Amino acid sequence: MPTAIFSSFESGLIYAIMALGVYLTFRILDFPDLTVDGSFVTGAAVTAIMLVNGYSPIISTGAALLAGFAAGSITGLLHTKGKINPLLSGILMMIALYSINLRIMGKSNIPLFSESTIITSVKEIWSKTGLDSFLNKGMELLGLGNSVPSTWAIIFIMLVISLVIKFALSLFLKTEIGLAIRATGDNQSMVKSFSTNTDNMKVLGLSISNALVAFSGSLIAQYNGFSDIGMGIGMIVIGLASVIIGEAIFGAKTIARATLAVIGGAIVYRIVVALALQVQFLQTGDVKLITAAIVIGALIIPQIKDKQKEKSMKRKRLKELQMQQTLVKGAKEVATAKSNL
Amino acid sequence: MLQLNQIYKVFNQGTPDEKLALKSLELTLEKGEFVTVIGSNGAGKSTLMNMISGKLIPDAGSVIIDGKDVSSVDEYVRSKMIGRVFQDPMAGTAPHMTIEENLAIAYGRTNKRGLRLGVTKSRRSFYKEKLETLHLGLENRMNAKVGMLSGGERQALSLLMATFTNPKILLLDEHTAALDPSRADLITKLTKEIVSQNNLTTLMVTHNMQQALDLGTSLIMMDKGQIIFEARGEEKQKLTVEKLLHEFQRIKGEKMLNDRAVLI
Ligand SMILES: Nc1ncnc2c1ncn2[C@@H]1O[C@H](COP(=O)(O)OP(=O)(O)O)[C@@H](O)[C@H]1O
Ligand SMILES: [Mg+2]
Repeated sequence: MPTAIFSSFESGLIYAIMALGVYLTFRILDFPDLTVDGSFVTGAAVTAIMLVNGYSPIISTGAALLAGFAAGSITGLLHTKGKINPLLSGILMMIALYSINLRIMGKSNIPLFSESTIITSVKEIWSKTGLDSFLNKGMELLGLGNSVPSTWAIIFIMLVISLVIKFALSLFLKTEIGLAIRATGDNQSMVKSFSTNTDNMKVLGLSISNALVAFSGSLIAQYNGFSDIGMGIGMIVIGLASVIIGEAIFGAKTIARATLAVIGGAIVYRIVVALALQVQFLQTGDVKLITAAIVIGALIIPQIKDKQKEKSMKRKRLKELQMQQTLVKGAKEVATAKSNL
Repeated sequence: MLQLNQIYKVFNQGTPDEKLALKSLELTLEKGEFVTVIGSNGAGKSTLMNMISGKLIPDAGSVIIDGKDVSSVDEYVRSKMIGRVFQDPMAGTAPHMTIEENLAIAYGRTNKRGLRLGVTKSRRSFYKEKLETLHLGLENRMNAKVGMLSGGERQALSLLMATFTNPKILLLDEHTAALDPSRADLITKLTKEIVSQNNLTTLMVTHNMQQALDLGTSLIMMDKGQIIFEARGEEKQKLTVEKLLHEFQRIKGEKMLNDRAVLI
């Protein structure tokens, strides 16, 4: 069980990069981009085929980023130049990518167990540092000796990577171009009147988002040891779940806060799923149903809460008014009583 | 500075809702001229503003700004030269961004956007200095989200954002109409100050005749997609609401007679 929590942390940190991409389109650009289901696999496919053909892990992973960037830009062009609505642009690209991904891989599954990947390289370097035994001692001292992971390498490196991306993204969103992207999602006609080509901003935002998604897909393939044509199904919903859970738990006041929250949300999501699967009655195949239920809940509960708040406020106000009424009445009665005297 | 030649614009062409919104419209603005625009609802005032800003492209005719024919230039390119404030106080700012971030967006109108930070120390003090000119205390709330501001504050900020980078042309479309009277007065006062201090070439639509007379160096009246009356310089200064109404009736009457003549 505790090891399940550790692997939730590991994979959560990798999926967090995908969730940051979803955050960029869904929250910043206000563009629900379904390309994600396809571009996640594109990242995995590109990296897998390159690794199998002997390219270095770094180059293979970098290529995944570029492929995702290209996929996102095509979605952006479909929407801005082709004037196709946002949802449909994403769906079309997602479907097109299914065939493209299959072409890239040449088959529906590429195992990577015998390849050297970013993950294996990091583990190798890490094992030379001897940090594992040090950290495990620490855990023993805390009385958690039996819940140590096989290695701390992945948690460490993924924490570093996702935080670097988080900081880079929030810094980028403060640059002049970044501000223009945010304003495009916030008030398009306003930013147009300040001489911004909003089409370009959308294309750029979608490209960066899908580059992150593909990067995440590439890392997941290397982490799991295979790339599979079906690994992206429902990815957009997982991304949304992470964003919504993160914002609900950790807050979204500023960009810096929200991006951190998204990472937290991705980890919490993995833990929730891991815990749910401990329940006897649920099966692995139920994960997508659970995810959909989480997102539906996260979307509906705030609405119900708002309504209740409004109701209780109204009730309070009504009581105040009634109080005033009785006070006035009382005062009048006193006054008439006095005049009667 | 601005020249409109024989502008035509038809909406919903070829449908029962067809509407000739502008018809052989001619207008010239000198540099530094401040023109107020009046006219009944549906006269084509907003359409005229949209022709200049590039939000709409004329069906016929040309728009010339600072000697350049911009008739078919994209809105976002044209807006390098044009500052705009809309009627809706929500329209001119980004609500989920802070005051200083909004100013940074506005600053980018004339300065090419790059990967520099939008708000730096020196820029912040520049923005602050500009906000102080509004006398609303916004300079102390630069990190507040603009969505938290009142309508009047937002409109004042919109006005500042549209003007602090010295546009060649300033377009104001009933920008005080959605505000309560005291706030409308404030925005009118600020408009007067800003336009005269920066000597901005300005076109201001208003539904308030008195305001149209009090402000500006020239006045035009629109009706049914045409400019039916123009007054400049001294002639404008001598105008009163009564004269204006009288003028309107006279022109309308003449037109009606002409129309009837055509029918007969
Ligand atoms: N986008 C549009 N589509 C169809 N008709 C429009 C559109 N914009 C304006 N119109 C019509 O053109 C005429 C002029 O409108 P407008 O310029 O907004 O008038 P004003 O601002 O003077 O009140 C009106 O009859 C209006 O209904
Ligand atoms: Mg109008």
